[in-house]
Amino acid sequence: MVLSYREALNQAMREEMRRDPRVFLIGEEVAYYQGAFKVSKGFIEEFGPRRVIDTPITEAGFTGLAIGAAMAGLRPIVELMTMNFGILALDQIVNNAAKIRYMSGGQLSVPLVIRGPGSAAHQLAAQHSQSLEAWFCHVPGLKVIAPATPHDAKGLLKSAIRDPNPVIFIEAQLLYGTKGEVPEGEYTIPIGIAEVKRPGRDVTVVAYSKMLLLALKAAESLSREGIDVEVVDPRTLKPLDLGPIVASVKKTGRLVIVEEGWRFCGLGAQIAESVYAAAFDYLDAPIVRVTGEDVPMPYSRPLEDAAIPDLPRVIEAVKTLC
Amino acid sequence: MDSMDKTDLFSLYRQMLLIRRFEEKSAEMYALAKIAGFLHLYIGEEAVAVGAIAALRPNDYVISAYRDHGHCLARGSDPGKVMAELFGKVTGLCKGKGGSMHLVDEGKRFMGGYAIVGGHLPLATGLAFAGKYQSLDQVTVCFFGEGALPSGQAHEAFNLAALWKLPVIFVCENNRYGMGTPVERAVALYTDVTETARSYGIAAERVDGMDVLVVRSVMQRVVEQVRAKGEPYFIEAMTYRFMGHSMADPAHGHYRTKEEVEEYRKRDPLLLLKQTMLAQQLANEADFKQLEQEVGEVVAASIKFAEESPFPSPAELQADVLME
Repeated sequence: MVLSYREALNQAMREEMRRDPRVFLIGEEVAYYQGAFKVSKGFIEEFGPRRVIDTPITEAGFTGLAIGAAMAGLRPIVELMTMNFGILALDQIVNNAAKIRYMSGGQLSVPLVIRGPGSAAHQLAAQHSQSLEAWFCHVPGLKVIAPATPHDAKGLLKSAIRDPNPVIFIEAQLLYGTKGEVPEGEYTIPIGIAEVKRPGRDVTVVAYSKMLLLALKAAESLSREGIDVEVVDPRTLKPLDLGPIVASVKKTGRLVIVEEGWRFCGLGAQIAESVYAAAFDYLDAPIVRVTGEDVPMPYSRPLEDAAIPDLPRVIEAVKTLC
Repeated sequence: MDSMDKTDLFSLYRQMLLIRRFEEKSAEMYALAKIAGFLHLYIGEEAVAVGAIAALRPNDYVISAYRDHGHCLARGSDPGKVMAELFGKVTGLCKGKGGSMHLVDEGKRFMGGYAIVGGHLPLATGLAFAGKYQSLDQVTVCFFGEGALPSGQAHEAFNLAALWKLPVIFVCENNRYGMGTPVERAVALYTDVTETARSYGIAAERVDGMDVLVVRSVMQRVVEQVRAKGEPYFIEAMTYRFMGHSMADPAHGHYRTKEEVEEYRKRDPLLLLKQTMLAQQLANEADFKQLEQEVGEVVAASIKFAEESPFPSPAELQADVLME
């Protein structure tokens, strides 16, 4: 069936909440408002206020509460209205969620999902447009997922909810309305498995979340010029499934990495380092990165457009390698 | 005051003495470089942990900050495993991965020591939330210093606990100093910090944190009330740290006088209970001497255990980052 990304997330949480009474949803506006982006539409009606919990605007407080509840055996899903607000909960995420298992020598665990939209939407300006996945990926003890399609979103969110570790699940405002085929009935997608989204011979493009759609568009356009692009979607950013990326690079000898986040210390830098270490001899050219600009996101439309990777830039990057 | 039962009072005294002697020995081991990193001693504050934890059931949760040896031992953790943890040995409570500030004993429902000031108060609300969510007859006790009071995370935790009626007891150990900064230079409502809790609608009271019988008696009433009503409570335990903030800080430091420390030492919690027991003729000096010997043996055994235990193997480095 065809579902929107939003509906896929809604189904994933709904199925898991039906399946496991320990799972509950907590965050700003998740209950009666039905979610700031309507991801939890119908939840308060089905599950009631015990399991669908509106919070005050205190990210550190309610994220910390969810971590404590997870330590005590519950399975919270924390919805951050946007990932930007996760900055307010970073102490809880980095110092508590990510470390409690290790610091306790394996006595405690934190089965927790923190989800919400990252990256830019349309002209939301500097504080609401950030791609912070590299921050989360940097911290040992966290898993980080950034699915691009409704199919992946549903299957991976279900796995994240069942995972015994803290998982950061990064969505995108501009993906919520996108549609795609989703299997009927129960399925999960294992965390940490990349997928070749489009096979090709000439150049490998690695892209995730919103940028995957851009990469696929670029591949489509380039195919008309006779350039056959293979697009690999890591889906899970940490642990990164390097195998399919390296296999693809061994085939094509050329790699472009597309990410919306800031260039300096961005996720692409890590992917590039991993590929250089694993497949240097197979590369016919240096790896090219297409990234967001190293600036706070400007409000003005033309400036914002200039700050985010777009179709011409991805196409141009691929062409420089051909 | 509770009925004066000899065995009962000896048990309280013994726990406080164990913490005292354990920590004195820890300081020695620190000087010998057997223990490293930060070591924050609880000496002087023992009556708070011992009195409060004595009022709990085994399935209640306890969570603390980085000055956590006292709470962990009062909860009944094996002194050998605690000492081994301070030594960084694999036989430690946390396999040597946590250290002094991050003791955890899940089996005792001691959910950890946390070293970002204010950061564990939200965790405490979560532990209490889990109890309520599952309709368990369970309370959570959260210890923290008055230095955490002005932190944003503490206020967020107070608000959530009050808003959602969570069975959590916030025990503020007011030892007058957040490191070297006295409460009157850090907390706007320093004359009565219970006002902070009351402003969120949380019932609150101040107790003499040097008198273990007072602490226990108040906590017994409070725990019962929180269990019955399922609402948070706030205790300000007036106490004092006889030692420096950490091993890097001499006993009195520049921020307080020797005379001040000596003044507070007159109300040493061990001394107070001993005086009570002697006055009530529930014990004599020989009893205390024998107790000293018993506790001394326990502490010596903990050192021996820690000394003889192996360090974690290199394979432990990568273990426990994630759960399989």
